[in-house]
Amino acid sequence: MNTLIVSPSPHVHGKESTRKIMGDVIIALLPAVLVSIWFFGLSAIHLVCVSVLACVVFEYLIQKFLLKGRSTVGDLSAVVTGVLLALNLPVCSPWWLIVIGALVAIGIAKMTFGGLGQNLFNPALVARVVLLVSFPVLMTGTAFHAPESGYLFGNADFATTALDATSGATPLGFVKEQLAKGVAMQEIMATPGLSYTQLLFANMGGSAGEFSAIALLLGFIYLLCRRVIKPWISLSILVTVFVFAGILYLGNPDKYMDPVFHLLNGGLLLGAFFMATDYVTSPMTVKGQVIFGIGIAVITVLIRTFGAYPEGVSFAILIMNATVPLLNKFQPKRFAEEAQKK
Amino acid sequence: MRTFRMGGVHPADKKISKDAQIEKLPVPKMVYISMAQHLGAPAAPCVAVGDKVKVGQVIGTPTGFVSAPVHSSVSGTVKAIGMVNDLAKRPVNTITIEVEGDEWMEDIDRTPDIVREIKLDKKDIVERIKACGVVGLGGATFPTNVKLSPPPTAKPTCVIINGAECEPYLTSDYRVMMEMPEQVLIGGTILMKALGVGKCYVGIEENKPEAIKKLSALAPKYPGVEIVPLKKKYPQGGEKQLIDAVIRKRVPSMGLPVDTGAVVQNVGTAFAVYEAVQKNKPLFEGVMTVTGDCSKAQRNFLHRVGTPLSYIMEYCGGIPEDAAKIISGGPMMGKAVSNIDAPTLKGTSSILYMTEAQTKRKPESNCIRCGKCVGACPMGLEPYLLNKLGRAGMMDELEQHHVYDCIECGCCSFTCPAYIPLLDTIRQSKAAVMKIMKSRPKK
Amino acid sequence: MNTIIFTVATLAILGLLLAIVLYIVAQKFKVEEDPRIDIVESLMPGANCGGCGKAGCRAFAESAVKEGLDNLFCPVGGNAVMQKVAEALGQKVEAKEPQVAVLRCNGNCEKRKKTTRYEGVASCATVASLYAGETDCAFGCLGYGDCVAACKFDAIRINEKTGLPEVDEEKCTACGACTRACPKLLLELRNKGPKGRRVFVACRNKDKGAVARKACLSACIGCGKCAKVCPFEAITVENNLAYIDFTKCRMCRKCVAECPTGAIHEVNMPPRPAAVKPAAATPAAAAQAKPAPAAKPEEKKVEIPVQKSE
Repeated sequence: MNTLIVSPSPHVHGKESTRKIMGDVIIALLPAVLVSIWFFGLSAIHLVCVSVLACVVFEYLIQKFLLKGRSTVGDLSAVVTGVLLALNLPVCSPWWLIVIGALVAIGIAKMTFGGLGQNLFNPALVARVVLLVSFPVLMTGTAFHAPESGYLFGNADFATTALDATSGATPLGFVKEQLAKGVAMQEIMATPGLSYTQLLFANMGGSAGEFSAIALLLGFIYLLCRRVIKPWISLSILVTVFVFAGILYLGNPDKYMDPVFHLLNGGLLLGAFFMATDYVTSPMTVKGQVIFGIGIAVITVLIRTFGAYPEGVSFAILIMNATVPLLNKFQPKRFAEEAQKK
Repeated sequence: MRTFRMGGVHPADKKISKDAQIEKLPVPKMVYISMAQHLGAPAAPCVAVGDKVKVGQVIGTPTGFVSAPVHSSVSGTVKAIGMVNDLAKRPVNTITIEVEGDEWMEDIDRTPDIVREIKLDKKDIVERIKACGVVGLGGATFPTNVKLSPPPTAKPTCVIINGAECEPYLTSDYRVMMEMPEQVLIGGTILMKALGVGKCYVGIEENKPEAIKKLSALAPKYPGVEIVPLKKKYPQGGEKQLIDAVIRKRVPSMGLPVDTGAVVQNVGTAFAVYEAVQKNKPLFEGVMTVTGDCSKAQRNFLHRVGTPLSYIMEYCGGIPEDAAKIISGGPMMGKAVSNIDAPTLKGTSSILYMTEAQTKRKPESNCIRCGKCVGACPMGLEPYLLNKLGRAGMMDELEQHHVYDCIECGCCSFTCPAYIPLLDTIRQSKAAVMKIMKSRPKK
Repeated sequence: MNTIIFTVATLAILGLLLAIVLYIVAQKFKVEEDPRIDIVESLMPGANCGGCGKAGCRAFAESAVKEGLDNLFCPVGGNAVMQKVAEALGQKVEAKEPQVAVLRCNGNCEKRKKTTRYEGVASCATVASLYAGETDCAFGCLGYGDCVAACKFDAIRINEKTGLPEVDEEKCTACGACTRACPKLLLELRNKGPKGRRVFVACRNKDKGAVARKACLSACIGCGKCAKVCPFEAITVENNLAYIDFTKCRMCRKCVAECPTGAIHEVNMPPRPAAVKPAAATPAAAAQAKPAPAAKPEEKKVEIPVQKSE
């Protein structure tokens, strides 16, 4: 007979584990990754591989030599950060840009706070914003264009559009540029490449992860089915963006983009499905989550419409990340509460 | 189908021993009858060393309002009265009796007939239940007669018989429902009479369809009794959760279940009530399960209180080689056994063997703030926060976050993906906060 | 230029206005306090350990000013601080024998085998609420370090080899936090003794001899040999457990030699002479201990509650 183990109840544990959850998130991100590989071939593979590898290596090294703790690479959270970071960068980012991004994400945004679960801000988004501010040209604009040699093994031809050829900017950037020139919204929208079908399946401009709304949606549905996340944050973001942008649009269709265009562009879906729903940096209770989502949506539309940057999802999520400790003050409804009111 | 409306988890069912009929466990040579088999003040021994006792004779008298008498489960000679270690290796005042024959008290009705007619009146029922030492057999072993004498401010409206048996592995309640269905329903009717109410619900989880069928067929014979099938979810058998599931009412914080009008009794208790009132048989036997994936036997026994656990283990072929933990009770709320020679108590419901792989705790990692514990808590608390506050020793904040509402069901620890032992900390914090709250002068 | 002047002027006026507001508020909501409280507080060590039984140094100072020093003692600051406080308040305090926390368990990993494995939060309180402990001794140290966590002076460490906590005499201030943290009440504040010399029973097992011995090879089995051999009647045996009253003990060490299980420990003692001559050893030890008896009477008053709370 063994020496008996004695421990407080419960004596069994459910099937959940951090690694399993992270694994599910990776699976959910696969469609988006595969789509970008389908279109951009080696470039996309290069992006994802470098990003994941860099994140994992940084996490391992920092944990081992700076924090001197048990290795946390096994929980796969660094891999998730790596994939998310890749999806937030332009496909043709040079390797050093990706590595800097990984260092910022893992080193500054995550491990400085004490590792998984301790960080206040979403690591991948912090990296994206730092890169966006530091290397604006690489992160937007012409860098989206195919290299001279074309995409190796990619099928980008399918998606090459007039928009791509003429402006070299993301759709949101393009629209903003045109609006500044005084072109009416209806005319801008007539530009080929801005059609909803195109945006839904293969939106050329933007980061790797913004590429296909359908792929992102697939991943989101997978996460919902596996009960990894609850839909409240994503839904409140999408609904609020739709309503808020809709009001603006109805007020002056010449000046403001229509709400569906808002939804399908600028990484809003990526943000709403995968970035804002990050456990660590989102509120715990449903009430907090809904307010969190509404906040992100309002800030996003404000930045996009009135701000200097054409895109605002990253900033919006980071700003709302900062409010999470406050939003966590919302307590869930207690069992006994109902009885006490009487 | 009904269930409670907040939180809960779904541990694997594992009712392996559910088809094993209840067997009578042979009486051992020596029994050790504990004086602390119920919640409240332990009983005081009222026999002396050398006395001859019969089965069903009172050997311990209650010492307070919340207390219960203890009866001998065997006939024989009292060998010793003194401290014997319980299953947690803690000394408890215990009467040791050497078994000689099996001579029962004459006034116990030992015939197998089912007595349907309830002759006693309200007051006598409660008196008889008290005299027979009946306690709640759902886990807390709260004296039943105290529950049947609610404070004058409370107005009971119904009895709820707890047949949920939401703990994995355990099958003793199920076997009682299957083999003594009528007795359970008569027990329910007696409880209705004792409280002067006209309604009795029997809540059974859907994973026991045969029991639901059997009791539903018999229920029409007993006016006021209604069988309520419940969706399978842990902790449905918790008193507060069961009341919420069955009559959609919630027990207030620090309140009594009877504040909602419901008095909850376990199936086993209902059976014990039947035996006490209709057969004049004190509570000295209990149904228990011997089970576990690695267990050599899957059996249900009628055991005499005071039988050493090791005797039962031997009888079932010994402790399995790969057993790393022995639990008395279910895997969610049961107690780990550290002393296998400890005797059974009135409320002992099982011996459950678990292998190292099943029960070994994995190393704890960082909280990822997934909120799964918040979603799983059936009391609507925030276990992750209580754990943090508890580790920091912040008593005021713990109280503000209602740590005293915790029912220690273990859903939070069960569900935590980072393997944080949330309940370990919360249980300690709760005890500390309750102590502070009780020490305060009452307003 | 105008801009600069304007800015400076605005800020200056704003600062002035706010200062006036602050002054008025401060005057209006002023709390009258005995100025001596501040003086006493400034004399305190400022550890806020609660060793005196008050919430912190400020609370100590308050009750010192309001209620006097009769029932107060700052274990951290010791006699020196108490003397200063007494001077400041114009009162008198008697010097107190310095004390140190002592672990009354010596069941190390070898002598006291573990019969179960505990899993869960590493906290003695949790283990104690769950069961008797990993070993068969229900009275012994659990080894999960609640005392270590309670100590604010970093004076207690768990020795990995023995599995028992060790008190660093230099750092221990006898604040008593560990005695309250230990669920088994194993830590006791005892007089430090002359030159740090102490003799004590390092066990609290109240089981009968055979049971105690079975659980732990160095348990006190309550045989009473020590009590018989003690020339000063300092040892009492109750509930199968010996206890040495440190106010009576003169450290003759006879009991140490007599104890069959080695449950009685001596600390900081000089090595014994090769040929033990009890008659010669006793007067020498007694002579060394002579300063101690002087402080006896009030010592007893303080110590009795400790003994009773066991």
